[in-house]
Amino acid sequence: MDGEELTEQETALYDRQIRVWGADAQRRLSKSHILICGMKGTVAEFCKNIVLAGVGSVTLVDDRIVTDESLSVNFLILPHENHYNGKTLAEVCCDSLKEFNHMVHVAVETGDISTFGVEFFEKFDAVIISCCSLGKKKLINQKCRKLSKRVAFYTVECRGSCGEMFVDLLDYKYSKKKLEETIECQIEYPSFEEAISVPWRALPRRVSKLYFAMRVIEQFEDVEGRNPGETTIADLPGVLKLRKELCETNSLDESQIPDALLERLLTDTREFPPVCAIIGGILGQEVIKAISGKGDPLKNFFFFDAMDGKGLIEDISGPSTRS
Amino acid sequence: MASQEQLSAIKRAKVLMVGAGGIGCELLKTLALSGFQDIHIIDMDTIEVSNLNRQFLFRQSHVGQSKAKVARDAVLRFRPNISITPYHANVESRFNVDFFKEFDVVLNGLDNLDARRHVNRLCLAAGIPLVESGTTGFLGQVTVHLKGKTECYECQPKPAPKTYPVCTITSTPSKFVHCIVWAKDLLFAKLFGDKNQENDLNVHSSDTANSSEHSEDVFECRKDEDIERYGRRIYDHVFGHNIEVALSNEETWKNRNKPRPIYSKDVLPEEQTKENGNEEKGCAADDVSAMVSLSLKNPQDIWSLVENSRVFLEALRLFFLKREKDIGNLTFDKDDQLAVEFVTAAANIRASSFGIPLHSLFEAKGIAGNIVHAVATTNAIIAGLIVIEAIKVLQKDNNNYRMTYCLEHPSRKLLLMPVEPYEPNRSCYVCSETPLSLEVNTQRCKLRDFVEKIIKAKLGMNFPLIMQGASILYEVGEDLEEDMVVIYAANLEKALSELPSPVTSGSVLTVEDLQQEFSCSINIKHREEFDEEKEPDGMLLSGWVEAPVDKDNNKPIGNDESTSNALPSMETLDGDKDDEIQETSEVVEAFAGKKRKLSEVSEVTAPDPSGPSSINQNKPEKLDIDDEDDELIISDDWESFTKKKKL
Repeated sequence: MDGEELTEQETALYDRQIRVWGADAQRRLSKSHILICGMKGTVAEFCKNIVLAGVGSVTLVDDRIVTDESLSVNFLILPHENHYNGKTLAEVCCDSLKEFNHMVHVAVETGDISTFGVEFFEKFDAVIISCCSLGKKKLINQKCRKLSKRVAFYTVECRGSCGEMFVDLLDYKYSKKKLEETIECQIEYPSFEEAISVPWRALPRRVSKLYFAMRVIEQFEDVEGRNPGETTIADLPGVLKLRKELCETNSLDESQIPDALLERLLTDTREFPPVCAIIGGILGQEVIKAISGKGDPLKNFFFFDAMDGKGLIEDISGPSTRS
Repeated sequence: MASQEQLSAIKRAKVLMVGAGGIGCELLKTLALSGFQDIHIIDMDTIEVSNLNRQFLFRQSHVGQSKAKVARDAVLRFRPNISITPYHANVESRFNVDFFKEFDVVLNGLDNLDARRHVNRLCLAAGIPLVESGTTGFLGQVTVHLKGKTECYECQPKPAPKTYPVCTITSTPSKFVHCIVWAKDLLFAKLFGDKNQENDLNVHSSDTANSSEHSEDVFECRKDEDIERYGRRIYDHVFGHNIEVALSNEETWKNRNKPRPIYSKDVLPEEQTKENGNEEKGCAADDVSAMVSLSLKNPQDIWSLVENSRVFLEALRLFFLKREKDIGNLTFDKDDQLAVEFVTAAANIRASSFGIPLHSLFEAKGIAGNIVHAVATTNAIIAGLIVIEAIKVLQKDNNNYRMTYCLEHPSRKLLLMPVEPYEPNRSCYVCSETPLSLEVNTQRCKLRDFVEKIIKAKLGMNFPLIMQGASILYEVGEDLEEDMVVIYAANLEKALSELPSPVTSGSVLTVEDLQQEFSCSINIKHREEFDEEKEPDGMLLSGWVEAPVDKDNNKPIGNDESTSNALPSMETLDGDKDDEIQETSEVVEAFAGKKRKLSEVSEVTAPDPSGPSSINQNKPEKLDIDDEDDELIISDDWESFTKKKKL
């Protein structure tokens, strides 16, 4: 360690969490820089979590204006016109987040970051993307991967009672204590594009149905040129057709992607606050682990469905990166 | 998003939250966002700085104010049109069954066992569903309790806070936590606490040859005695003289490592203690600190014996010099910096004497203060899960209730593991009809001990009424007649067999708590002798299986032991973990045992819920009076689950 110690203020404020992950981890967090794009309910939860955790800085990107829908699931937006009038989602959230922890620098970045150069991403230790098209997700992921420094990449998407999270930590090395020994661990992660390109028949049996369903919807939105979440029940026939095609290509039985599940994902596109809290919490934990280098990170998808209450991890990777 | 029916059920609902802390803040926020419009919230605490890392509704400027009120104000900012009613009060005080009956569901976000049991009983009495929860570090769980349909909160015995035999603390410590308990409950109490309190400080396992009068003098500061001198005298007495006396009893040390006596002149030659530079800065009494005075900056450093001794003497000196008015009134408070410094130093010196590894102030504070480690993310996850269950409860979605466990390491890919609730435990003394048994020496045991140690401490009754047949032996209440009060007071001092209605072997006592609307019966059995070490209370309550208290392994519950590995529970769990994590179904099987899952229970096998107040009990727990601040209560099942990692 470089010998810098936590200030008295930090020690007092972070006492309870230092008892969880230690002072070294806290120091590393305080030097980290996080980029977050797409300020919806789940991401708001996530931002709250990492600002409280005491990261160095948080940069928010979302040029959309505040709407009723964004108000309804995002507790960072106060429903007074004075608070949000004329401001973008990022700006409004920035103002609120600053209040949670004065030691964290919160700022706004404008523009379409998928068009920014690779050097823009070098400033960050972790990048979190939400409300983004398939194409943009892949693009940003690629840019991060081009850097010599490791930039952790995450995507998160919640629809109704379901939520999905993806993690790419590239080639991640960390150590942990087991009994009296220190064990060196290494995990290789596929990029988002690599992961979703793994043929479905090559995946372990009994992979969550939600994984497949999300891929179908994602493809549909991509093909139809829709923004994420811009679907209705009227799209069901189109989606079912796409499902048929994808299942044929992948030799997967269509029953693996139930109609009912697709219907839910098409119609319940608004976020459900309890699911935001859950996914935002899991995502927060993952980013904290990756930044601090402490704890086993998950690889590489996490799913939650309030219907069955399971929060599960799926390893979607090709043979070379399968752990 | 919730369906139309869900939304209307939510809008109509009246919800009670108990606790506005770590889970409470997250829960209130999520309830408000989810469309709840009538929320009541009870919390007796005020806001502290250490809350701010996770209780995000609070700001620095709110320190000292009521959590319930500030939480309400904060949430109204983003949901101005809902109704949130705060109560800055202890849930165990004025809230009776009628109060609870007003609600559709009760959601707990508590941090102590007592309050949880209390709320459990009130919910049973009122017939209102209860959603319970707890978190510690990265672990958490949510459970649902419906009277008659599922287990109540007390159907599974909860692990009691750790207790230690007196002689381990006074004579034969083997772990650092023993030294902390000695430093906090004996030495600190003796020097700075109520002088009239009984104190075991000079108890020896052999004879008490040294006259107690002589000992009394030792701890009092003599008139005109130099504080410096006094400090060294105390130091020498407890770390030197007392150890020598203990050593003189060979028996004790036959199979144990002998401690070594430590004298101040050997550790700190006289002149050195005069070199304290920074002390006379005009600081307020509250901010006084030995660490500052001695320029010891980092609470995570482990001090040497010399440094600990300096802190010991300096802290003692500062108490007498700057906080004289507090002396005689103090109880240990983890937020009292000087007290923490003193206890850390004293514990470390004792540890040094007994060959036990020393600890930093940060670690010692965690142990002495029973601090539970906590982060925002786990609380947020648990809050989300609570709301999901609450919505099911409102819709009476009986087949879908789940207990959900939030794990630190996935089990069979699952990080959030839902489990079906179990049917009520037929031997639960709280919600089923089973009497308890008590073995006691009816001729020696006073009613007072029975009331304090059994009725209040173990059975968790705050306002008991004790009867034998039709005769009331004791009760507490506001509107009692004076002559009854006198009789009850007299009864407390009598041995059980000498009560107006004599309690002897074969007697059956009925005990009720009118506020909790909870009653149980206890079969009395006379027994002459009790083992002083194993049964220090001289009473044995039985009829149920006690939760295993794990001696060596750490449990992430406000348990001294767990916080002694102040570094992350992650490390502890990593150490315990084998690569083979037990299969989910096996786990469920393992603790299913005789119990059946809700889905397996056909029509009418659950106990009749319509017998409200005559519910009997079975197994109380060994509660130590010393419990505080356990943010997570993990059920028995849960522990056996986390421990069942070896295949």
